[in-house]
Amino acid sequence: MEYIVSLLVENKAGVLCRIANLFSGRGYNIEMLNVAPTMDPSLSRMTIVTSGDERVLEQINKQLNKLIDVVKVVEYRGRPYVEREMALIKMHTDASTRAEVLRIVDIFRANVVSVARDSYVIEVTGDSGKINAILNLLEPLGIKELARTGKVAMTRGG
Amino acid sequence: MKLNGAKILLESLKREGVKHIFGIPGGAIINVFDELYKQKDLKFILTRREDGATFAAEGYARSTGKVGVAFVTSGPAATNTVTGITNAYMDSVPIVVFTGQVPTNLIGNDAFQEADITGITRPCTKHNFLVKRVEDLAETVKKAFYIASTGRPGPVLVDLPKDVQTDEAEFNYPESVSIRGYNPTFHGNPRQIRKVARIIAEAKKPLLYVGGGVISSGAHKEVYTLAKKLCIPVFTTLMGIGAFPETDELSLGMAGMHGTYRANMAIQHCDLLISIGARFDDRVTGKLSDFAPHASIVHIDIDPASISKNVKVDYPIVGDAKCVLQEMLPLFDEYEKDWKEIRKPWLEMIENWKNEHKLAYVRDGKTIKPQYVLEKLYQLTKDIYPIIVSDVGQHQMWVAQFYTFTRPRTHLSAGGLGPMGFGFPAALGAQVANPDRMVINITGDGSFQMSMQELATAVESRLPVKVVILNNGFLGMVRQWQQLFFGRRYSGTDISVQPDFVRLAGSYGIDAFRLEEEKDVEEGLRKMLDCSGPCVVDVRISREENVYPMVPAGAPITHMLLV
Ligand SMILES: Cc1ncc(C[n+]2csc(CCOP(=O)(O)OP(=O)(O)O)c2C)c(N)n1
Ligand SMILES: [Mg+2]
Repeated sequence: MEYIVSLLVENKAGVLCRIANLFSGRGYNIEMLNVAPTMDPSLSRMTIVTSGDERVLEQINKQLNKLIDVVKVVEYRGRPYVEREMALIKMHTDASTRAEVLRIVDIFRANVVSVARDSYVIEVTGDSGKINAILNLLEPLGIKELARTGKVAMTRGG
Repeated sequence: MKLNGAKILLESLKREGVKHIFGIPGGAIINVFDELYKQKDLKFILTRREDGATFAAEGYARSTGKVGVAFVTSGPAATNTVTGITNAYMDSVPIVVFTGQVPTNLIGNDAFQEADITGITRPCTKHNFLVKRVEDLAETVKKAFYIASTGRPGPVLVDLPKDVQTDEAEFNYPESVSIRGYNPTFHGNPRQIRKVARIIAEAKKPLLYVGGGVISSGAHKEVYTLAKKLCIPVFTTLMGIGAFPETDELSLGMAGMHGTYRANMAIQHCDLLISIGARFDDRVTGKLSDFAPHASIVHIDIDPASISKNVKVDYPIVGDAKCVLQEMLPLFDEYEKDWKEIRKPWLEMIENWKNEHKLAYVRDGKTIKPQYVLEKLYQLTKDIYPIIVSDVGQHQMWVAQFYTFTRPRTHLSAGGLGPMGFGFPAALGAQVANPDRMVINITGDGSFQMSMQELATAVESRLPVKVVILNNGFLGMVRQWQQLFFGRRYSGTDISVQPDFVRLAGSYGIDAFRLEEEKDVEEGLRKMLDCSGPCVVDVRISREENVYPMVPAGAPITHMLLV
């Protein structure tokens, strides 16, 4: 089962390491990871996508809570939330593919953020389903490079 | 007034009530040692290896509940503390280890004797700190002690770069600290406590499962009251030994791999297992799917992550064992029940198991049986409640089985990590903390060779620890597994090439002698107990004695190999 957990952590050296250590030491896998400072610069928000059965997820949650540098653990299971991910996709383009690429960009409400003689860089934002869908369509047209941010998430409502 | 970092450190320790420090100096912590030399309130105990210093700090902490402290230098000294720190982590022992570090401007440059000790110890400390500015030092010490000693206790490491020791700052020791990511829960949820009280009151065949958490929280009296009031039988884990008097009729002794028949059978048949301050370790549970098959499970623990980690718990209470029990005990007054009468059938079943397969061993009248030594030692010392410190191996299990413990903090044993060499330095630490008590280290010939350099510490610091080496000429516990499960192929376990421990101790000026026949044991032990200083007794025991009962690893705990 996929599981998204978001952490408020102290924004200081070694914290990421503690969290990564916890996952590796206990045999859990980090599938996606995103870290950036919050409005309060002394805190960072970390969004981790992992997986496991109910018991593993409960343990991950509790073990994260035990770390002194973790101020808050937010889990999204059973609550309405939005998730988004962004991807930058560098496409190999030539006369024969350019139009098709632009059509796909249009359909997915993606943007071309950089244009060169033989390539585009495309920015796309959405949930994982949407990102995977556009990648599926673009792949046969020649993806040169891909960078994904990993998910960020937020509960809906107050 | 401004003080240098070294002085700030010592002043801070005094504010924390520290009296004793274990360790070894070196270049990266020399400034701290210089300040130590200039003052009188903190007593320093020089060990001969840094693992000895951390084990001694643990012995100090385990025997008192106070935080144990060690000072070591950077690099190799810091890495030498890792085993002791991991041991303290596994057994939830509060210690704070201060390591010297290269100056901040050299960190990361592979400087001489630089080791990334905060990186290395991240997974085995409750928390650790690298102090980068002398202005942060006092507050960091305060936090280190607070974290080590509260909640589920554990080791904290503080890394002190050399310039932080020499730079100066105003000294203000904070009265209190608050750490936004650390809020240990002490009081259980009242509604849950009420519910659990009802579940306990309604159970027909309840069983108390008492772990080391009862000792660290000081809840032994409350556990005793609960057991006696509701007539609930009690077993302990290795770490819980001493939390409930083994002389009491409700005591089933220790359960698990080398536990008693009666305790393991009771687990098999109980309808409610009430675990307090224990963590369902595999050495207790055996094969998980067959553990306590007929029981609902109550788990009281200060660490939420311990709950439902290995075994699905039906009724969790997160909180300090003592606080939770103090709130729960009055609730039983609401039940007007004749507990003795209700409990009769269950206690009768237990009584039958008690009489079957008692802990036993076979004597031949001549060779010394280790179990006999421990029974004799108990008879000779039961009125003085000595602190018995085990090492790691067969002898550790014999201590747990054949010495009778009745008080908390009198049985010190490295349960979670099991590092050989723990016992002797831990006993020295316990003796430092308890100068008027008898402290006895029961060790093996293998384990003692991992820490016998500390004999010099015993002499220098005048620590009258008694050492009983149960000498079988083997790495016995491993040999036992080889005998039972590996066709007697004694690969790497024969250690009959060994020093003459009597002459070795003698070379330090320590009283020592050897016992070779059963008839000499009692007199020999008396002689040891009468020694005013340290004493080493090399007891030659039957070489291939095994620890029974034994549940093979991974088997259900009712599959016991018996004598
Ligand atoms: C540091 C360390 N190394 C290896 C082991 C594995 N081990 C467990 S018990 C044991 C034998 C201990 O021998 P001894 O101290 O003579 O005790 P005995 O079992 O003979 O009573 C060994 C090697 C260990 N627990 N710790
Ligand atoms: Mg041995």
